Amino acid sequence: MAWTRKILRVNLTDRTTKSEPLNMEWANDYLGQRGLATKYLVSEIDPKVDPLSPENKIIWATGPLTGTMASTGGRYSVVTKGPLTGAIACSNSGGYFGAELKFAGWDMVIIEGRASSPVYLSIENDKVEIRDASHLWGKTVWETEETLKSEHQDPQVRVSCIGRTGEAGVLYAAIVNDLHRAAGRSGVGAVAGSKNLKALVVRGTLGVGNLANPKEFMKVTFEKKKILKENAVTGQGLPTYGTQVLMNVINEIGAMPTRNHKDVQFEGARKISAEAMHEPRESDGKAQLVNNQGCFGCTIACGRISKIDQTHYTVVNSPKYWGASGGLEYEAAWSLGCANGVDDIEALQYANMLCNEDGFDPISFGATIGAVMELYEMGVLTKEEIGIEAPFGSARALTFLAEQTARGEGFGKIVGLGSKRLCEKYGHPELSMSVKGQEFPAYDARGVQGMGLTYATSNRGACHLRSYTISSEVLGIPVKTDPHTTEGKPALVKAFQDATAVVDSSGLCVFTTFAWALSDIQPQLQAACEGDWSMEKLDLMGERIWNMERQFNNAAGFTRKDDDLPPRLKTEAAKVGPAKGLVSGIDKMIPEYYALRGWDSEGRPTAETVARLGL
Amino acid sequence: MQKSLHIDPSKCTSCLQCEMACSFENYGVFNNSLSRIKVFDFHHTGAKVPYTCTQCDEAWCMHACPVEAIKLDKDNGAKVVFEDVCVGCKVCTIACPFGTVNYVAETGKVQKCDLCGGNPACAEACPTGAITYVDANWTGLDRMRQWADKLGNQAA
Repeated sequence: MAWTRKILRVNLTDRTTKSEPLNMEWANDYLGQRGLATKYLVSEIDPKVDPLSPENKIIWATGPLTGTMASTGGRYSVVTKGPLTGAIACSNSGGYFGAELKFAGWDMVIIEGRASSPVYLSIENDKVEIRDASHLWGKTVWETEETLKSEHQDPQVRVSCIGRTGEAGVLYAAIVNDLHRAAGRSGVGAVAGSKNLKALVVRGTLGVGNLANPKEFMKVTFEKKKILKENAVTGQGLPTYGTQVLMNVINEIGAMPTRNHKDVQFEGARKISAEAMHEPRESDGKAQLVNNQGCFGCTIACGRISKIDQTHYTVVNSPKYWGASGGLEYEAAWSLGCANGVDDIEALQYANMLCNEDGFDPISFGATIGAVMELYEMGVLTKEEIGIEAPFGSARALTFLAEQTARGEGFGKIVGLGSKRLCEKYGHPELSMSVKGQEFPAYDARGVQGMGLTYATSNRGACHLRSYTISSEVLGIPVKTDPHTTEGKPALVKAFQDATAVVDSSGLCVFTTFAWALSDIQPQLQAACEGDWSMEKLDLMGERIWNMERQFNNAAGFTRKDDDLPPRLKTEAAKVGPAKGLVSGIDKMIPEYYALRGWDSEGRPTAETVARLGL
Repeated sequence: MQKSLHIDPSKCTSCLQCEMACSFENYGVFNNSLSRIKVFDFHHTGAKVPYTCTQCDEAWCMHACPVEAIKLDKDNGAKVVFEDVCVGCKVCTIACPFGTVNYVAETGKVQKCDLCGGNPACAEACPTGAITYVDANWTGLDRMRQWADKLGNQAA
């Protein structure tokens, strides 16, 4: 079977660790990773718990295909109650850490309590120790990984850790592994920090064996890899241009949220696009992009490895940033660039490096800066308060505030609260471009109507990865739908949400779904896992996972009114482009979506739905 | 025709499919720590380099072995470790200038690439063509073709 059937439970208050058998009944109903870890979490914590209190728990979880030869089979999720939203938080990462944890013999690690002083968790197969991390506290992600590799005298250990922002409680602090892959959203890093937990260090040499049908597994995974290779998006677009392939596409259709969503097209998009990353720079004649990198097991390899311009003002005196590093990905290029009107691609890469180095989410950070700049232009915030002049388009303000946020200095402390709290503090809650307190990603809900519903109903707050209807509405995968209409979108969003919940629970990357349907993943699961893994079962499972998360949020206090978009998207029409004149039709879509979901008018699963899903 | 493994680091994305294929072929598990091919990720430069045994003709490991546990496979030129003969003395690991023969504590024997009997699993699994199994006399053919293309086609 594809599970190790073991979970590691760590209580930081008592400083105890113990091995427990995996609940296989739950694995059968919730698969792994997102679904299974959420099942554990909702069964063990009070939904009303303060996310940053010792009573919250945080779980690192792999899926049944993590650590196998299935393409992209290296994912892990971090699941907890999130401090940015107060909702369920589930953040997914690639790199190599997830597979290493599985190779060490663990399906998941459940962390409870709070250590009285900084600690890290060392896992070498069965040998688990809670170790002192006082010498690591105050160190960046990059310093932490280097120090731990050196202290363990093993360059092959994998590290998943927080930077200074996680320690300081920045509400969108990330957990970073392998230097620049991150469980980036919803502030999972702040929860680790609140527990005085700096890092997990793992070395696994046991591997993953005992698949249900190894021969069939090899055959089917090879076939499916071929589909990824031959698909235009996963075989060419993503490896060549990365997710940044979208920058010009989304801008052209007028769905590029610009300057805190005041505009829907960014005149500087071309300068910060994938194409720009390929072009030689004036200063040194080199392109920013060095090459691409795959995560563990990934045959797509969308990851960007870049080198910043050494003469750029941000790094001219800081050689430590001159080496190759992760970025830019589309979401970061958008949030650090378009959301603030900044078109200096080197400044964006610098800010992105700081996000990796000190572990904070570039989406929420960049979008928060968008709000800061709007408040500055309105005269609500001043140069004195911020520490720099901060009009839209100021690269200097962006990089200054990235430094301040990374270090927890000055106005960076306010920026670290996220846009919702920041905008409330300055009397303009309507200017926070967020849902449930989490900032929007890089698609405008006026130009792509399905994404508005995606954001409004996402269980972890605004997020594109919960139902990426861009696939259908823009790219035509699996079928093209009109991005400007609300018609049919509730059903589309529901279908994407349920399918994605399964992908996120399997150990695979959601980017495979540009080429794969769930029916391409099903035979891989069937060959790896014992028992029946029919499409019917997976469809129902996706729906079950979605409703389980929803029930947790309902119990945490979320209601119908939280499934909404900021007034700007409902009243200020797109000014230009193909979506000109449109606002989001979210209010029309919600009732239909609730009905399709089997929820009452307040967004609560009905007794019948609960029974049907076996919740 | 003798074939050999050929590596083009510029095509490697560090996905580690080769390492998993190797461990699966030889041990029936996905376990990168048991792989005979290893990908090195030099994060400071961005270089990713797969590395394994190149099957030297005058193989240091074979000559150093005191019990003749490493033998030539005449069909494909591989130098193959015979586990039933190997005594785990590790002298070969010292003799090999490239580090590509290594001790396995779990078995008490050494292991190295044996070209999977002439059908290397790593090359088959590599999604980008960074690892290929090609005519040993013409490992440079692809690169020659690229330059010839530049000379004859792109320049024209």
